Amino acid sequence: MFDLDRWDEIFETIRKNKLRTFLTGLSVASGIFILVVLLGIGEGMRNGIAREFEQDASNLIYVWPGVTSKEYKGLNPGRRIQMKNDDYNQILLLFGDKLDKTASTFQNWGMVLSYGKESGSYDVRGTFPAYQELESITLSAGRFLDINDIDNSEKNMVIGQRIKLDLFKDEDPIGKIVQVSGVNFKVVGVYTDKGGEREETRAVIPITTAQKAFGGGNNVDRLYLTLNPEENFDKAVVQSTQFSGELEEFLKSRLLIAPDDNSAIHINNSLENAKRFFTLMDMIRLFFWGVGICTIIAGVVGVSNIMLIIVKERTREIGIRKALGAQPLSIIGMILHESIFVTAIAGFLGLIFSLTLLEFVGPMIETQYIYNPTVNFTVAINTVIILVIAGAIAGFFPAWRAARIKPIIALRDE
Amino acid sequence: MIEISNLHKSYKTGANSLHVLKGINFSVAEGELVSIMGSSGSGKSTLLNILGMLDEADEGSYVLDGVPIKNLNEKQAAKYRNKFLGFIFQSFNLIGYKSALDNVALPLYYQGLARGERIDRAMSYLEKVGLANWADHLPNELSGGQKQRVAIARALASDPKVLLADEPTGALDTKTSYEVMDLIQEINDEGRTILVVTHEHDIAQMTKRIVNLKDGVIIEDTVVSQVRALENV
Repeated sequence: MFDLDRWDEIFETIRKNKLRTFLTGLSVASGIFILVVLLGIGEGMRNGIAREFEQDASNLIYVWPGVTSKEYKGLNPGRRIQMKNDDYNQILLLFGDKLDKTASTFQNWGMVLSYGKESGSYDVRGTFPAYQELESITLSAGRFLDINDIDNSEKNMVIGQRIKLDLFKDEDPIGKIVQVSGVNFKVVGVYTDKGGEREETRAVIPITTAQKAFGGGNNVDRLYLTLNPEENFDKAVVQSTQFSGELEEFLKSRLLIAPDDNSAIHINNSLENAKRFFTLMDMIRLFFWGVGICTIIAGVVGVSNIMLIIVKERTREIGIRKALGAQPLSIIGMILHESIFVTAIAGFLGLIFSLTLLEFVGPMIETQYIYNPTVNFTVAINTVIILVIAGAIAGFFPAWRAARIKPIIALRDE
Repeated sequence: MIEISNLHKSYKTGANSLHVLKGINFSVAEGELVSIMGSSGSGKSTLLNILGMLDEADEGSYVLDGVPIKNLNEKQAAKYRNKFLGFIFQSFNLIGYKSALDNVALPLYYQGLARGERIDRAMSYLEKVGLANWADHLPNELSGGQKQRVAIARALASDPKVLLADEPTGALDTKTSYEVMDLIQEINDEGRTILVVTHEHDIAQMTKRIVNLKDGVIIEDTVVSQVRALENV
């Protein structure tokens, strides 16, 4: 490898065949270029999706019960599952150190709200103050529920923008009294929701009040939970997937549901949904790798072809060298060395060019799904390793062929 | 120096087998200058190729300087060629993109000599063949006679036991041929064993012994009184 004379010879042959070497190099360089750019875009897409999901309160875990489909411990299938306050409290007790924000809801559909002459049918949801962050709702006036409302079962109410428009028109609703099934509630706030108008046809009251006023007893309809933040997305996914599993197991055993009954309790983990995107992304990335590698293979075949031609062209020379005492290994070394040298140099140029492109053009890409396309160091190293291997493979067959040339036949070659 | 007994060689061409050498017995002592003559197809080139380890005999024994040459693998053959033999070809077989000096230095490269020593040695052999001033020239800048002299310098560079020359004057005009033969005679005078394959009688007369081949057997092996090439130039 550090044989000066061999380097000399390689430079000599390259100098003699500038165009040929250039074209060979170009195929390898473009292969590497395409691979790295594809990988960069793949990474960019991943970053873009990660950013999308990080912006939402997206590590929300959302639990709602259903109907059992399997017989379990003597209980018939078809049983409707009802969660209680105790279930919620037990979750807080057991998993409290992992949880960030939590809320349970008790919900009544189609309640008639009336203010003065106006009235309408809306959902009334009893819940906790944390509900605001959990559902990402924004207050447009007044305040949200606070802990006093819960503790004292205050008859305070936060209404959606739609309800405000329906019942109050242009009037300021704050402090006004709304009647719900004969119970008077004071409006303390108005909210808007990115989720759209349907989300704004809801009135939110303290869960304690809802359970007392509308005959809910200890019933709980839904649970909203978020986990403590993790330092990065991947850890968060792992943490949240693990937690969903534990939670499901806990609830199933507590509510006497068969462990393999999938319809009795539903746990929607928004991070797992995100993860599905990432799995898809990984597939796309794999595909990009595949395309890139294939491009490199095409380049390598090109190099191999050229080297075969070179060997053919140099048959006589190889014969002379053998007659003068060149050993097969030295012939193989000569061809292999040239091939690795050409692929490595061309590949490095492709690598540098594509990295430069990603470095300077990458940050300018501002679409929703591609963000900061980069290639990390490991990937760069991998491509370099691929290159050297590729060069070796490209050179091997021609070199082997060269080594097998019989000097007598080579010398006869005109 | 060279001991050959009962050497057979045949080539297969499709279903036919062409028996080229039909039992050659032949020996060359150190310091001899032997010419191998014969019409084309007599097997003289085949014999030379076997002597040069470029080809292998089917049968018979070949001993070169006390070393039996039999069943060599490529690596050993390359080593022996480098150590024992110097080749001179009809078409010179210089490497086109290397200077005269680098061509002469090539066998030394395969001997594993350091670069400086290679250049010194190669230069001294170029001087010997009178081409020191042409050291940096590429082969295609040299005349036929000069090329053959570079080839002779190259053959000598590895200090071989035997020089094998395959029609060394075949591509040269008469005057240049004699100049080349003069050089070969000079080298022989220094004690080196040389085998020359030729079909030209005047060239053969300039060696010390003529071996005549016909249809794969030696029909004549005579010692001749050498004609000095210089006298004819």
